[in-house]
Parts: sequence; structure tokens; C-alpha cells
Amino acid sequence: MNAPTGHPATTASPQAVDELEPVREMIRSCIQCGTCTGSCPNAFAMDLTPRQLWQHLLLGRREAVFHSRTFTLCSACYFCTLRCPRGLHLTEAMHTLKQAAARERLTRYRPVTAFFRHFMESVRRHGRVNELEFMTLYFAEMKNPLLPLRYSGLGMRLVARGKLPLRWPLHRKRPLEALFRKAAELEEGR
Amino acid sequence: MKYHYYPGCSLEGTALEYDRSTRAVLAALGVELAEIEDWTCCGASAAEATSGLLALVLPARNLALAERQDALMDVLVPCSACYLNLRTVLEKTRLDSALTARINAVLSEEQLHLLGRLQVRHLLDVLAVNLGPEAIGPKVVRPLTGLRIAPYYGCQCLRPYAGFDDPELPVSMEPLIRATGAEVFPWTMGGRCCGASHMSTQREVGLALVAGILEAACGADAIVTVCPMCQMNLEAFQGPAGRAVDKDLHISILYLPQLIGTAMGLAAEEVGLTCNLAVSGEWESRARAAVT
Repeated sequence: MNAPTGHPATTASPQAVDELEPVREMIRSCIQCGTCTGSCPNAFAMDLTPRQLWQHLLLGRREAVFHSRTFTLCSACYFCTLRCPRGLHLTEAMHTLKQAAARERLTRYRPVTAFFRHFMESVRRHGRVNELEFMTLYFAEMKNPLLPLRYSGLGMRLVARGKLPLRWPLHRKRPLEALFRKAAELEEGR
Repeated sequence: MKYHYYPGCSLEGTALEYDRSTRAVLAALGVELAEIEDWTCCGASAAEATSGLLALVLPARNLALAERQDALMDVLVPCSACYLNLRTVLEKTRLDSALTARINAVLSEEQLHLLGRLQVRHLLDVLAVNLGPEAIGPKVVRPLTGLRIAPYYGCQCLRPYAGFDDPELPVSMEPLIRATGAEVFPWTMGGRCCGASHMSTQREVGLALVAGILEAACGADAIVTVCPMCQMNLEAFQGPAGRAVDKDLHISILYLPQLIGTAMGLAAEEVGLTCNLAVSGEWESRARAAVT
């Protein structure tokens, strides 16, 4: 693997290096042209541009990668993937970083990873997502009393139009349980 | 013309008018839909952010169910995120037998097996390519004359898999809009990103993207969409997006089949116009106008 450079944030444990290896493999032939950055609708809000993120990854700077909000700001528009002159699957690389952050339960990403985790929990329980349940669980984890207020206006409008049934799902059928369990088993054993 | 139909979770809840109008318009155009029995969530944008394997297994389950019900019929999907998730499974497994085996190892828990031989088609693809203005035009009994419509495609029906349209400057909706008697509002924002789930997880960034799109549509009578996520972002946050740029950004936002259905003489309820969060009274009165 790439030897650590002079960057201060290169003291990664061997296990942590493995964590990023699949992503590094995906972007190994990056030529740092910056087409991804120029194509990204969210680059304006990122602390590292996508090109800079790839550079840190290639240089093995794990802490630089996991101090950045950049990959959480990928909205999967696929412009970078479409335009990358090396044909790299950059959106997928961003997803893989999101997965790593979710697996490690890194606290700085909790507002984003908790949202997706509760969404998946609702899918696991019911097969289809139950918006009321998953947002309630998400609010409970975020412990921010102001957060639900942001949604209350929208919630009322949706209820008024019959689009948000105010029913807590009670049935005990868990149609996807076996698939979730098996997928986790295979992924942990890879 | 008959397709498997995969509505996806949104179309049962926040996007129920997309489901209603899709079914009504396709029925009126003679297209038969067979809803996949026992379908489940495709993973949305949450599976890919938590597990790479589940992100493929969840959509693959639905494709395997469809194949078991009829292996030769294609799948029609109105939601762009569902469409991309289902299509990604086909694209990735086509040349990767190891991956196919891995997915099938999980699906075997439910005695399901993915062959991957059917096609996944977006609603817009079928409307533009298989039906087109030649099918819609003759059915228009309530022409939307004088209205300027901004076509909004969003991302995931266009990219990364370029199929039925140009992934940078899409045009496939334009002949359909003209077929309704309306005009196409000229703009270049059709393929831009609405911010997707940023509106929930990083509100300021989502608002900036939505404000840019709504600002560019000033002067149009409506924006039409083909994705529940785009629709929600564009219709539900017009107030805060406007305050962020100090402008009035209110505009009607409709699903494409609602526009087409209205022109074809379907009633407001049949295309679910009463469920939208942002439609001006103009639309409702158009939809209630006598057919000619």
C-alpha cells in the first residue's frame, strides 16, 4: 500500500487501512483532473473538493478522509461518474465511504448515518418504509427538540392530503429479516 | 403493451398522486400494468449508504419476484431512485457471475433466484419511446394552450446509465409536453440535482439547490417532474427556499402523468391533483374545465 507521506494525519491502524482499501482500489487510476469537482452540484458546501478527497485517499490519509464532510454531501447525481475521463465509479466510491462511516459509527457523521440507519431499520421491520416510524426513531436518536419542528409544517400538510397515515405499524411480520441477516453474514465474512 | 409494475414505497404515501396518475394515464393509453406481488423497498438511498450488498439484494428481490411471475415481461418504474436501484442490479450482474452468485446466495433464503433477463424501464422511457406524442396527441381533449411548462428530469433516470435520453441535456419530455398543447419553457436546469435527501440531513445545502432550480423556472406556469424525491423537494420547500434568496419562488409542481392526464380529459381526482402540495387554482380549474 502507499507509504505514509509527511501529512500529520497518517497514523492509521492496519485495520483502518483495510477499511479504505476497497475505495482506494476503485479510484486508483485517478489523474487528479478535477472534472468531478467541476461537475459536483454540492462542491460549494464541501470542506474538501471531490478531487482533494481522492488525493487524500490515494495517499492513505485516513484521518483527513474521515474528518471531511465531503462524502456525506454526495447526493448521487452521477455527473462525476458520467464525466470522469478515466471512467471511475466515483459516486459508488462516495457510497462506499458512507458505508464505512456508518459501520464504524463515527460520531461526527451521526446526523447523516442515523437517518439512513433508521430508514433501513423500518424497511427491515416492515418490508416497505414507514415514514412516520422512521422519522420518529430518527428524532429520538438525535435528541434535538427543535428538529421535529422543522418537519411539523410539512407533516401537517401531508396528513391533510392523506399522504401520511398516522398509524404506528403494529403487525409483527418481518418479511426481510432473513435477507438482512444473510447479507450481514456474507459482508462480515468477506 | 403490458408491464410488471413496481410502484415503490413513496407511491403508497407521499407520492400517491404519482401512482394514481400513472395508472390512470397508462390505462387510458391502453397499457396494462401487473403490480409485482409482495414487492418490498428497493433500498432507496439508504441501503447504498449502509451496506453495499443489501443495496443490490433489496432491488434484486423484486426483480426475482417479477421474473417468477413472468420472466418475459419488462418492469415499469415511475420513481427514478427505484428505477436506478433496480437497473443497477441488472447492469452489475450482467457480466459478473460471482456477484450474481453472491446475490443469489442471499435470495435463496427466500427461495428466490435472479436470472436478470428482463429489462427495467422508467415511466418516462415508456411514455417517450413506446407511446410518444403520436399516442397521446389524438387523446388530448382539453389542450393546455398558453401554458409554459418547465420539464424537470432530475438525475437518476438519466445518469449514470444513458439510455433513452441525453444524460446532460435531456429532451425526452418536450414532445410529450407539446402533445398536450402546452409550450416548453426553455431552460437548462432539467437535469440538475434537487439535493435528494439533503433536505432531511443537510437542509441548507438542499435549499440552495432547490432555490437555484425554482429561480430558473420563474416565468413558467409549472414544473413537471418524474420522481417523488424531486417532486417533494421542489413543492414542499418553496417558502424557505425563497427566503434564502429573498425572492418569491412559488410555482406549481406536477408529475408528468398529471399534466398528460389533465390534457387527456381525466378528472382532477383521477390524476390526484388534489394531493399536490403546490398547485395553483389555475390547474384545478383547468382540470375541471369541460372537455372539448
